[in-house]
Amino acid sequence: MTRLRFARILLALAVILFPACRGGRSQTDMTLAGSTSIQPFADKWAEVFMEKRPGMGVNVQGGGSSAGIQACKSGACQIGMSSRELKGDEKDLFEIVVARDGLAVIVHPSNPVRGVKLADVKQIFSGDLRNWKLLGGKDREMTVVTREEGSGTRGAFQELVMGKTRIYRGAITEDSNGTVREIVAHDPYSIGFISLGLVNEQVRALVLDGASANEEHIRDGSYKLVRPFLFVSLGEPAGLAKEFVDFVLSAEGQALVKKEGLITVK
Amino acid sequence: MTKATKKRGKNRLERNDRLVRLALLVVAFSAISILLVITIFIIGQGTPIMFKYGLKSFLAGGEWYPSEKLFGLWPMIVGSLYVTLGAMALGVPFGLACAIVLTEFSSKRVRRVIKPVVELLAGIPSVVYGFMGVIILVPFIRETLGGPGLSVLAASIILGVMILPTIISISVDSLQAIPPSYREGSIALGATKWQTVKMVLLPAARSGIIASIILGMGRAIGETMAVIMIAGNAASVPHSILDPVRTLTSNIALEMGYAAGEHRQALFATGVILFIIIMILNTIANVTASRMKGMKR
Repeated sequence: MTRLRFARILLALAVILFPACRGGRSQTDMTLAGSTSIQPFADKWAEVFMEKRPGMGVNVQGGGSSAGIQACKSGACQIGMSSRELKGDEKDLFEIVVARDGLAVIVHPSNPVRGVKLADVKQIFSGDLRNWKLLGGKDREMTVVTREEGSGTRGAFQELVMGKTRIYRGAITEDSNGTVREIVAHDPYSIGFISLGLVNEQVRALVLDGASANEEHIRDGSYKLVRPFLFVSLGEPAGLAKEFVDFVLSAEGQALVKKEGLITVK
Repeated sequence: MTKATKKRGKNRLERNDRLVRLALLVVAFSAISILLVITIFIIGQGTPIMFKYGLKSFLAGGEWYPSEKLFGLWPMIVGSLYVTLGAMALGVPFGLACAIVLTEFSSKRVRRVIKPVVELLAGIPSVVYGFMGVIILVPFIRETLGGPGLSVLAASIILGVMILPTIISISVDSLQAIPPSYREGSIALGATKWQTVKMVLLPAARSGIIASIILGMGRAIGETMAVIMIAGNAASVPHSILDPVRTLTSNIALEMGYAAGEHRQALFATGVILFIIIMILNTIANVTASRMKGMKR
């Protein structure tokens, strides 16, 4: 009697677990992993792609740019997503720019400072420029908000703005674009940086070196804070991965992310 | 029923008994072995990098820039201690006062209502405390005292409230455990109620109260979610209570998402340090608690 019940439980477990065990490597399933900045857009792409191609499974995972690149190298996923340029031995991988993203330096909407020089931004984040008065604002100390070590957004900011200079240690550190925006939206004296697509009416993007943060200025090259969104793979993608990449680069795929505030590649 | 079937029945009972005993043993050991596996894993992952870069640079280094292979945990160690001490400074006087009022200066009916309510406070998830802090406390500090608001002070206040239930309920238990003869004797000698509390009851319940404080301290030092939300997480030693601060726990939770390679190992090393600090606190709590038990006898 007991043994029979035990067998039944085992059978139930097997039925539940079986679908999870199979697949992954099959022709109808693929996995993307990497940058959490790209993840929401990849989710969107995957959703529409799977609607058009029923029976195909596209599985999108986060983990960060570096982890995604590593996963792609080891073969754990077919496509890695990176929101920063490849470096060192990562350059062996096949890379495709699928979109570009601007970085916005944001302040509270009530801040009288409209625009700054990129060099000032560097000084603010290195901790050398601490008072808004020096930029024509109120005589108040700045609250500098940055992202945590390892974040792709921080990596891109470091590369595009800071160069070899360090972001100073006393800066408030948050672990997502959303919390950075939340803090800047509520603190009139704060400054932070987030993905351009995530700027909303709660915060205001600063004009940098005379160029406001929008698509036009990114395209003509006057707005400098732009990073690529990359898909990387071991060799040229084939099969389902190729179909997916083609979809992403198609007019339809690009239109999807343009709506969300990204800059298309064409 | 024949003798043989009786015997068989007895055998079966014995066998079942052995089986149950074996099953319980396996379950019990699995709990211990999980703990053991976690310990070995954390130490195995965390210690090699500590020795690679030197224990001194790990513990006393002031610079945390994992991308440049700088893994100084000093700001986080200091940060954890500041925030915990701040929480103690707020939580202990309030908690102790509440415990004294509940045991000595209030009727049984009041106690029957308040004590469960206080214990309910312990059941509120920490993210709710953190959220309250972000919405109410942080803007208040920013507007009245200046600074970014996300600060040592904000974290201390929230943690102080969070440890109240621990301190109150254990202190109440240990004050109630004092034999009535202590109170009666003191009152009979002409002492007032407050004198009795101060001179007789508090010293008698001392080790229980200390245990409650240490357990509260353990909760404060281990708290992560609420602290990440309100402490600002700057990896530098704060110069005032209005400066942002990063604790050991937030260091791990904040960066584990993207950490790879040595960065990840350094986060495990942070865990090792935290593990050691908490183990020391737990040992102290156990020793004082067992002393309390000895006293009761």
